Amino acid sequence: MKKEEVPQDESNLASANFREMVYAVDDDGKYTTSLSTGWNPKKIALDNAIKEIEERIANAKKRVLNNETSPIEYYMEVHKMDLPVLASYVGMWQWRVKRHFKPSVFKRLNQKTLKKYADVFEISIEQLKSIDDEES
Amino acid sequence: MTKNLKIDFAHNQSAHCENGVVSNLMKHNGFDISEPMVFGIGSGLLFSYLPFLKVNYAPVFTYRSMPGFIFNKFAKRTGIKMKREKFKNPKLAKARLDQNLAKNNPVGLQVGVYNLVYFPDEYRFHFNAHNMVVYGKQGDRYLISDPVMEEVTSLTEKELEKVRFAKGAFAPKGHMYYPISFPEKLELETAIVKGIKQTARDMTAPVPIVGVKAMRWVAKNIRKWPKKLGPKKANHYLGQIVRMQEEIGTGGGGFRYIYAAFLQEASAMLNNPKLMKLSKEMTSIGDAWRDFAVDASRIYKNRNAESNGYEDVAVQLEALADREEQFFKTLKKTV
Repeated sequence: MKKEEVPQDESNLASANFREMVYAVDDDGKYTTSLSTGWNPKKIALDNAIKEIEERIANAKKRVLNNETSPIEYYMEVHKMDLPVLASYVGMWQWRVKRHFKPSVFKRLNQKTLKKYADVFEISIEQLKSIDDEES
Repeated sequence: MTKNLKIDFAHNQSAHCENGVVSNLMKHNGFDISEPMVFGIGSGLLFSYLPFLKVNYAPVFTYRSMPGFIFNKFAKRTGIKMKREKFKNPKLAKARLDQNLAKNNPVGLQVGVYNLVYFPDEYRFHFNAHNMVVYGKQGDRYLISDPVMEEVTSLTEKELEKVRFAKGAFAPKGHMYYPISFPEKLELETAIVKGIKQTARDMTAPVPIVGVKAMRWVAKNIRKWPKKLGPKKANHYLGQIVRMQEEIGTGGGGFRYIYAAFLQEASAMLNNPKLMKLSKEMTSIGDAWRDFAVDASRIYKNRNAESNGYEDVAVQLEALADREEQFFKTLKKTV
């Protein structure tokens, strides 16, 4: 890539006010560095990944309201987590966390276990029990 | 510890975090080592496909070696002794960090990205292999030199503890590292040759999950994805390939260009003009990776539409595998 070809497309980097550094060759064929504001193929990939997460959140919310899963799964999606990541944060086996997705099991969870989840999601136990307040 | 402590540390932005931390720490200790030099000697370039390991609901593709590997190899090959510490207890991790700062010693930290508040929200995923340098403390804020950022920044004690103790794959466990002793003169020439030899060996290894063989395996799977997974998931996977290629701070076939820059520098140091020629070829391979990303993005731009572009990108990936195979075979013989 030549220095003048370094992409300067619009990207989400602007929101944090920084540009990324890339390596490119100058007119004499020598390597140098240059700053890039972003690149479209990358932005599309990232935008799609974000949309995917938003869909997962919406879907989880629907299933909580239909009593098909517990709010734990919803908050897991909100925090861009998957089962292995959440299990690692709360320090429980994956199968146990998965069991807590069952609304019937979730209802019977003790305060201590609920608090573990609430702490990871940085919300109160009350908020953990209902997802209605969390309009996003 | 005094309330205000600021070590005289020069922040230089880099394309990739791990190289950048090493390069900046070396410069701080009086050795002018560039980012590409660290990347080349540390054998950072790679391709790997781990279909069994899922991140963000898609398989893992990586264009560089495992976190921490670059620094380890670089230190070993140049004769530098490193100190590494991991912690179970966050309080102890903080105390050890403070001790080092009080001794005027800036340290490298491995951290998770998800809670890195100065990153744009969209980039904050559960990715635990980011690296930064802490070079001081003012009040309750740690002074941070994050090599992918243009400027230095800072984090509160609580914010820093959170990223040091992020959980999930590659959990950093407070991982802190810094050089403790240096040889009188760095033996860069032999280190460069060792670094090149390993990269050439790994890229042409007879193992399906690394190097050109992994690229061919991905190409084969790309052809199957639309039928096997449906257009939506197939596009998600394809997007993951590009996102890993264009991971933050590596813009545009990123690692291939850093490697080309390394070969250029190595050519001068070893007085080997053949490496200069190979640097040009690596630049051209980097350009081809960019073309691949552009074409892949055309497919996943329209997320749910049926597309027949998969065959095209699979062919491109195979062509890249052929070129890189040829490249690394030649490179092996050149040093």
